[in-house]
Amino acid sequence: MTRYDLTRIPIAKALLVNRWPQFLVRALALIGFLFAIVAGLGGTPVGSRNFSIVFVWIAWWALLILVAVPLLGRGWCTVCPIPMPGEWLQNRALLGPRGKKPPFGLGRKWPRALRNIWVQNGAFALMALFSAVVLTQPGVTAVLLASFLFLAFGASLIFERRAFCRYMCPVGGFIGLYSQTAPIEVRVRDTAVCAGHTTKTCYTGSEDGFGCPWGVFPGGLVKNTYCGACLECLRTCPLDNIAINIRPVGADLSQPRGRKLDEAFKAFIMLGSAFVYSAVMLGPWGQLKTTAYAIGSLPWLLYVLVFLAFVFVFLPGLFYLSTRVGQLLAPAGRSLPRPFTAYAYALVPLGLAAWIAFSLSFVLTNASYILPVLSDPLGWGWDLLGTAGYSWTPFFTQTIPVAQTLVLVVGLAWAGITARRIAQEGNHPAAWRQAIPNNLFCLLVTVGFLWLFVG
Amino acid sequence: MNAQAAVTSITLPRLRHWPWLVLALITLAIVFIPLPIGFGVPGTYDVRISASQYEFNPGTIRVNQGDQVTIELASTDVVHGLYMDSYDLEITADPGQAATLSFIADKSGTFRFRCSVTCGPLHPFMIGKLNVGNNTLLWRGLALAVLATAVGLWRFRQ
Repeated sequence: MTRYDLTRIPIAKALLVNRWPQFLVRALALIGFLFAIVAGLGGTPVGSRNFSIVFVWIAWWALLILVAVPLLGRGWCTVCPIPMPGEWLQNRALLGPRGKKPPFGLGRKWPRALRNIWVQNGAFALMALFSAVVLTQPGVTAVLLASFLFLAFGASLIFERRAFCRYMCPVGGFIGLYSQTAPIEVRVRDTAVCAGHTTKTCYTGSEDGFGCPWGVFPGGLVKNTYCGACLECLRTCPLDNIAINIRPVGADLSQPRGRKLDEAFKAFIMLGSAFVYSAVMLGPWGQLKTTAYAIGSLPWLLYVLVFLAFVFVFLPGLFYLSTRVGQLLAPAGRSLPRPFTAYAYALVPLGLAAWIAFSLSFVLTNASYILPVLSDPLGWGWDLLGTAGYSWTPFFTQTIPVAQTLVLVVGLAWAGITARRIAQEGNHPAAWRQAIPNNLFCLLVTVGFLWLFVG
Repeated sequence: MNAQAAVTSITLPRLRHWPWLVLALITLAIVFIPLPIGFGVPGTYDVRISASQYEFNPGTIRVNQGDQVTIELASTDVVHGLYMDSYDLEITADPGQAATLSFIADKSGTFRFRCSVTCGPLHPFMIGKLNVGNNTLLWRGLALAVLATAVGLWRFRQ
């Protein structure tokens, strides 16, 4: 497949290698992040008038799911401020490496049994259970953001590199999964060059940059999932062997190497969560909304049970059944290893489409809260920019259902194409039949979303 | 090169692309072919909607296209509003003081109505639905979804 290496453009490479542009964006993001915590704790409890809710769950979320993830993959992780304070301490430096100082902290390796994304899967599911409160209560959002900061800080003192980003961050988990669809990647130009490079400065670090904060050896990269796009390898490679490629969308999805059950379940968690979020937040069922909000009550516990059963049992169970039926349809085409895990990757573009469709409605109908909050971020009656009086105005309400429908249909078609490519790995003429039930599963899920969004 | 070979070399590339042409035509048909928007006779439709945190009751209203719709919004707890998507209409009701909104439902489809006055934490999610005639967008969406699945299966066989 064709790729274009952005680092071949001298000015682009200079901007990417230079630490200052990235640092400045991250520093600004850190200021915004800290202010969101302050606003959440000290500002008005009215979510639609508080910076922490409006800028985190409307502005940032819109940028993340509608722009950054589909177009830039791990682009948010490139500028995420959460690991900054911990990294400063760990590296004993604010910007680049300063001499050969050993890292600060215990520098322990992350436990072998947890070197997967199950912790991130659990963290996202846990967050989703409290979403009705997290998304609407500034104080709860502030506590959540602060907990991210403290966890990342603590992890950098105990473990080596960015343990929080790689193994714990619930947001990074799904960004990694969906970054497989993105039209951009960090890869090496020639793996033979890496093989012959004995010091592996991309992993160990050098005076030009830190060893891969994500604990990844770039020479072995075949997918975006665990590359944080931090650009350190671009700085440390003395052989000019790192490329930032523009590539066909979804190139990682048909990559057979590195498929794992934890990633497959991440696809189910994301798809199921998008469905539940859409029903709770965009549906006309008030009782469902109040149940999701009544944390600790008996109805909420029932909601938790239903949510967990839907995401961890019903969806994977139905998909497992469809995979088994597929194998019965094409017994000769069983050469595909671990078909349940393999075919689950077809759910990645469908899940991303579902989140985009959900977010289109949620974001566009609430985006007008941004203007008054810019003028009065704490809800204290300020009018800094003269926009405090801007009234709530939902945007593009006539267009949103059409856009949601198109996004879902494109996601479904993309899922079908992905399933086809996965089936072809079975290398048997009848292997295509294996994917029929899984495609019908995707159709069923899409019909469900269409009913929720435009029904 | 004989005449038959020449014809083959010209027509084969065209034949290779005909499935895509058919696919494009079916897609255009699904998107643009007029569908019946409902068989009900336009009349008047009066409904009283009770608004309370965070629910409209009834949450879903069904009317015929062309109906003269009158909504009486009655709040049972705090101040609530009702904003109708696409129609761009809005009313506000104080507790105990119902407000009325009248309009002709001339656009077909399903439209959300939302609370337009901050009424509590879940205010952004206080949503109801107005169905006017047939929901043609849903039917077109379902047909496109089936087509997308069929195309995926058809492509398996290439």
